[in-house]
Amino acid sequence: MAGILVFIEQRNAEIRKASLQALSEAARHAGGDVAAVIAGSGIGDAAAGLGAYGATKVFVADDPNLALYSAEGYGEAVAKAVEAAAPDAVFFSGTAMGRDLAPRVAAKLGVGALADVVALEKDGDQLVARRPVYSGKAFATADSAGSKPQVISLRPNVFAAEETGGSAEVVALDGLALSIRAVVKELVDTGGGELDVAEADVIVSGGRGLKGPENFAVVKELADALGGAVGASRAAVDAGWIPHKHQVGQTGKVVSPSLYIAAGISGAIQHLAGMSSSKVIVAVNKDPDAPIFKIADYGIVGDLFDVIPPMVEEVKKLAG
Amino acid sequence: MNCIVCVTSVPDTASVIKIGPDGKNIDETGIKWIVSPFDEYALEEALQLTEAKGGEVTAVTYGPARSEAALRDCLARGAQKAVHVIGGEATLGDSFTIAKVLAKALEGREYDLVLCGNMGVGTDCSQVGPMLAELLGIPHVGNVTKLEVGDGSLSAGRDVEGGQEQVESSMPALLTCQKGLNEPRYAALKGIMAAKRKPVEKIEVASLGIDEGADASYAVRSLELPPPKSEGTIIQGEDDPAGAAAQLVNLLRTEAKAI
Ligand SMILES: Cc1cc2nc3c(=O)[nH]c(=O)nc-3n(C[C@H](O)[C@H](O)[C@H](O)COP(=O)(O)OP(=O)(O)OC[C@H]3O[C@@H](n4cnc5c(N)ncnc54)[C@H](O)[C@@H]3O)c2cc1C
Ligand SMILES: Nc1ncnc2c1ncn2[C@@H]1O[C@H](COP(=O)(O)O)[C@@H](O)[C@H]1O
Repeated sequence: MAGILVFIEQRNAEIRKASLQALSEAARHAGGDVAAVIAGSGIGDAAAGLGAYGATKVFVADDPNLALYSAEGYGEAVAKAVEAAAPDAVFFSGTAMGRDLAPRVAAKLGVGALADVVALEKDGDQLVARRPVYSGKAFATADSAGSKPQVISLRPNVFAAEETGGSAEVVALDGLALSIRAVVKELVDTGGGELDVAEADVIVSGGRGLKGPENFAVVKELADALGGAVGASRAAVDAGWIPHKHQVGQTGKVVSPSLYIAAGISGAIQHLAGMSSSKVIVAVNKDPDAPIFKIADYGIVGDLFDVIPPMVEEVKKLAG
Repeated sequence: MNCIVCVTSVPDTASVIKIGPDGKNIDETGIKWIVSPFDEYALEEALQLTEAKGGEVTAVTYGPARSEAALRDCLARGAQKAVHVIGGEATLGDSFTIAKVLAKALEGREYDLVLCGNMGVGTDCSQVGPMLAELLGIPHVGNVTKLEVGDGSLSAGRDVEGGQEQVESSMPALLTCQKGLNEPRYAALKGIMAAKRKPVEKIEVASLGIDEGADASYAVRSLELPPPKSEGTIIQGEDDPAGAAAQLVNLLRTEAKAI
C-alpha cells in the first residue's frame, strides 16, 4: 500500500505520547512512506522531532486560530495535508481529540472510519482492523469496504512507540480556509497536576468496597508508591466519593495501562469495557466469586484494608 | 428551540453476546433492545431545553422494525415527534452510511440543535455525531458534560484528558452527550400510554436514495468472542494478608515484570 498520514496531537507544543505510538504503527505498515500533520500555534520545534519516529515529511499548520483544538480548524489542516500527501490511510490516536476529529475528517473526505482499533494487519492494499465491540464482549475484524483513504483511530497505549532515528522534511501548510464556528475558548485544567487515568501507565482503582470517600486514601497511597493514577468504578463515582474524571468503564474512560489494580471492584461488564485491554490485571476482593477474578492475571482474595497497606510497604521496599 | 435527537437501539448492556450463524453479526435471540444509554442524555437535554424555551423534540432512528420501540420510549418520555427510517441499519458500525441516511432524513426539517449520544453502545464507534454534523454543514461539540444555550449560540464543556474544553458555538449545532450532562428521566405510565397513540413517521431507506450494501464504507469480515483468558494466579489472603501482599508484589516484580 502507499503512504500513511498521521495526525499528531500536541498540547502546549508538547507532542502526546499516543501520537508517537500511532506514528510508529504507521511506519510498521508503510515503511518509508509516512507523513505527519500537526496543527497549533507556535509549534515549529515540536514538528522537527517527528522524524525520529518514522515520519519523512511533516505538514505544519501554524496559526493563532489553531492554538486550541477545534474539529473544524484542525479538520481543515488534516484535509489539506491529505490533498498534498494523497495517502492510502490516515491515522489518529484514539484520544479525546482524535476520537472527535477522525470522524469529522472522514466525512469531509467522504469516507467511513474505523474507531478504537487494537490491532492492524495488511491485506493487499487494505488495512484490516481488529476492534472491540459490545463493550469488549466481542471483537470485530473489519475493513473499509475498499474505500480510500482509510481513516483509522488507534487505541492509546496498545501500540508501541519506537524511536528509529531519521529526520523529516517540514512543510508549512498555507492557504487554510479556517472558518471555525465551534471555538474552544479555554482549556481548563481539572487535573490539579494529577496524572489522568487515560494516560497513566499504572492505575489503582477503587470501588464500592472502599465503603466511603475517605478510604480512597488507601488506594491513592498504592498509586503514589507505584507512580500511577487513581481510578474508580461508577458505583464509587455515583456515590460522590470521587469525581467522574476518575471513572473507568463504558461511561467513563477506556484505559490500557501496563498494570491495572482493582480494589473492592466486583468487575461488572461495564467496568471491564474500560480496562480489559490492560496488560496486567490485578484484583483484590474479599469475594472469591467476584467476576473480576475471571479476567485477573493475579489476585488476592481478602479484605482490601488488610491487603493494600502491606502492598504499599512492599512496593516502597523495592524502591528503597 | 427545536431539537432533533438521534437514537439507536442496542442490546441491553447486561446482555450475554453470542456470535450469529454468519459469523459476522451477533445472535439476536433473547436480546432485549434498549435505547443506547448515551442517547438518554441527549433526549433528556432536549426535553429540558424545550420545556424551558418552548419548541419541539423530534426523535429519529434508523434501523429495522424492532427499532420502533426505541422511538416509543422517546415519545413516552416526552418527545413530540418520531421519525423511523426503516432499513437494515447497514452493517454493524458502518457509521458513515448511518450518518448519510440521517442527514437525508433531516433534510427540510427545522432545528436549532441536533443531539446524539457520545457512543452507540455496541458499535462503540463514537462517530455518527461528528460525521452527521459535517454532512449537515454545522459545527459540533463532542463529549459534552455541560451546556448552556443562549440566543442563537451555546457554550458547552467537553471533557478531555486532564481538563475540560470550554467551547462556544453558533447554532444550529450538533452535540454528542456524555454522562454528567444530566440525569435522564424514566417514562411515566401516563406517558407510555399516550406514546402508543402518537404517530411515527416512517421512511424507507431506499426512498432516500441510499443503497445500504453498495454505499458501504465499513465491512465486518468476522466477529469473535474474546479469546478465553488463561486462569490467573489467585492467592488466598484471608489468614495472612501481609504475606499475600508480599507474595503478590514479588510476582508482579519478577514474573509479570509490571513494577
Ligand atoms: C449503562 C451503564 C453504564 C455503566 N458504566 C460503568 C462504567 O463506566 N464504569 C463502571 O465501573 N461501572 C459502570 N456501570 C455500573 C456497573 O454495572 C456496576 O454497577 C459498577 O461497576 C459496580 O461498581 P463496584 O464494583 O465498585 O461495586 P459493587 O458491584 O458493589 O462491588 C463491590 C465489590 O467490593 C467487594 N468488597 C467489599 N468490601 C470489600 C473489602 N473490604 N475488601 C475487598 N473487597 C471488598 C465486594 O466483594 C464486591 O465485589 C454502568 C452500568 C450501566 C447500566
Ligand atoms: N442507526 C442510528 N439511528 C439514529 N441515530 C444513530 C444511529 N446510530 C448511531 N446514532 C447516533 O450516533 C451516536 C453515536 O453512535 P456510534 O457512532 O455508533 O457510536 C448514537 O449515540 C446516536 O445518537
